[in-house]
Amino acid sequence: MKATGALLVHDIRPPSRWSTVRLRDLWAYRELLFFLALRDVKVRYKQAFIGAGWAVLQPVAMMTVFWVFLSKLAHVSSEGLPYTVFAFAGLIPWLFFANGVGAASDVLVANSNLISKVYFPRLIMPVASVLSWLPDVAISLVVLIGVMALYGLAPSATVLALPLFVLLALVAALAVSIWLSALNVAYRDIHYAAPFFIQVGLFLTPVTYPASLIHSPKLRMLFALNPMAGAVQGFRWAVLGRGAAPWLPALESLLVAGALLIGGLLYFRRAEQFFADVI
Amino acid sequence: MSSEPLVPSSVLIPTNAPLVAAAGNPVAIRAEGLGKLYRIGATQGAYRYRLLGEEVAERVRRRGRKASDAGGRTFWALRNVTFDVAEGEVVGIIGRNGAGKSTLLKILSRITSPTEGHVQVRGRVGSLLEVGTGFHPELTGRENIFLSGAVIGMRRSEVTRQLDQIVDFAGVEKFLETPIKRYSSGMYLRLAFAVAAHLEADVLLVDEVLAVGDAEFQKKCLGRMAEIGATGRTVLFISHSMPSLLRLCRRIILLDHGGVVADGAAHEVVRTYLDTGLATSTQRSWRTPAEAPGDDVARLKSVGVRTEAGPLGGEEVDIRLPIGIEVEYWHLSDDPDLRPSVNVHLTNEDGVCLFVSNDFNNAEWKNRPRSRGVVRATCWVPGNFLAEGRVHVWAVVSTYNPTVVHAEEQDAVAFQVADRSTGDGVRGEYVGDWPGVVRPMLRWTVETESLDPGSQP
Repeated sequence: MKATGALLVHDIRPPSRWSTVRLRDLWAYRELLFFLALRDVKVRYKQAFIGAGWAVLQPVAMMTVFWVFLSKLAHVSSEGLPYTVFAFAGLIPWLFFANGVGAASDVLVANSNLISKVYFPRLIMPVASVLSWLPDVAISLVVLIGVMALYGLAPSATVLALPLFVLLALVAALAVSIWLSALNVAYRDIHYAAPFFIQVGLFLTPVTYPASLIHSPKLRMLFALNPMAGAVQGFRWAVLGRGAAPWLPALESLLVAGALLIGGLLYFRRAEQFFADVI
Repeated sequence: MSSEPLVPSSVLIPTNAPLVAAAGNPVAIRAEGLGKLYRIGATQGAYRYRLLGEEVAERVRRRGRKASDAGGRTFWALRNVTFDVAEGEVVGIIGRNGAGKSTLLKILSRITSPTEGHVQVRGRVGSLLEVGTGFHPELTGRENIFLSGAVIGMRRSEVTRQLDQIVDFAGVEKFLETPIKRYSSGMYLRLAFAVAAHLEADVLLVDEVLAVGDAEFQKKCLGRMAEIGATGRTVLFISHSMPSLLRLCRRIILLDHGGVVADGAAHEVVRTYLDTGLATSTQRSWRTPAEAPGDDVARLKSVGVRTEAGPLGGEEVDIRLPIGIEVEYWHLSDDPDLRPSVNVHLTNEDGVCLFVSNDFNNAEWKNRPRSRGVVRATCWVPGNFLAEGRVHVWAVVSTYNPTVVHAEEQDAVAFQVADRSTGDGVRGEYVGDWPGVVRPMLRWTVETESLDPGSQP
């Protein structure tokens, strides 16, 4: 794009193998990003009978199941905290990631009519899809604080660091979503693989058990590759304020998520030029 | 065909265009050597590509005919397209189905990328290739106005400023807070077009699918298009309707097989289009076997649309009348066992295949030995069966075991099914939109049972 006079000139050319991610384009379409995310939130709550209640019911139900099976029956440690609170605090960032990635991986295929009929930076679709799950985080956070109050617990000053870990979860969710959504256009197998991958991910992330459970240094290394591991530990620490700050796992997660995100953006940029032809 | 005033025939460059590219004035669109190659099979949605793929594969396999590109698995939807459009010009684009019109608009609107060449577009591009893009049934009219506006590239401030006009144009004031799933299809369509019609772009690309709805609303849409054109914006407009094109555009570009065939004064190009047989009409014929599509077994002689009363006068067929698709071909083989049969593929405007029918369904004819001569086979589609709209016919002559396509003409003829029924058609007295790709008159049985135990019928 170059400017001549007042009007911008778009030079439309055959796709090159590598091209830069046009962040300026993304910025120009920020309102669309907002409206698409808003649409997803509105539609989700309008269609469901109990509406926003799902944002509460889902983590509460999962928390109950894990409490019965993992805490009562298997006696999994919860670092001296009530297990319910411990699991709930882990489930909030995890469910954000799982729901966001689950929705985003299908979003391009589900909106193929938009892709083939109108131009906008395609990246907006998976991003809006992930962002639309942020209100759920806020709702379930309020519920968590209520549950904590039942046990006589209150958030400490560490809660100030919470936005950082939400951001980390967001980066991780975006990174994975961008990859999966673009891959899904070319390989519809992703539609089946993504839910499976998310299910397994729940057990590879310290959501229902503390990270301290993993002792072996080799396993520790592998564990660090999971971009959500740091986000979940950090989120829990920030809300509950127990133990040492998990800065190292958070940094590891950030590096992994960041690398995934950059790779995802480059892949997406290359793939999006053929979306309309393939979809 | 039109009583619209025409521009003087000697002027090839539109006289009303304030800025002419050649005179060094701003060019809004400059396309140079534009080409788009489709990989056959990659386009799953479009029926014709997939079928074309099968056809090509078939030919390659059966006859060992050499294919030019990548083993015949590719297809140029657009090739060597070069043109300039000056700022403020309103240019029409015509051509038969598959000529490359939509591909051109998709490249200009950046939905798809070209394979070769390039195009420069100056200013903000707005493309209206479909109405109601981004509409969601659960959201209210107001919410959808903003959402759809954002999808086609309008700023929120732009929508807010024009909200009253949009609502007024669509005539949905009372239903603004109602989810659009409760709208009638007419209301939905009006709202969708109203949003699109208020898009403020420097270059506007419009596909004719916009011309929908009842006659009155279509008039309103065309009026709005003319208004947009008059404000000095550059407009590219695809249409099959020659009267609307002649009304809106001074210049027309004619595409065929992915290339520019003619580019100039609207009425001249329209004449070229109609005279050279590039237009899909209701009758198509070839004078000699030499120029007809086909091989040494069969060559198409003519394809036509008729009613029981005779060949079609205009383009329209009454929805209630049986329609005959008449295919004539020269049978050139002396082999009595080579029994070609005619099949016709009927597709609607969206490229959806309505059905395929083959003359071997006539059992007696199927087994009859053949000799050299002219064969005329007519497929009769019952009245009250097709839906309203444009129907394209693809005629093929082939033999089976093994399957060999001897002659074929894609988009050979087309006709318009019109519902002018007054209570005796499928739709009865209902006047709204009637969905479905076919509109058969079906048998209904209805039983009643009285709730009143004492009464005997």
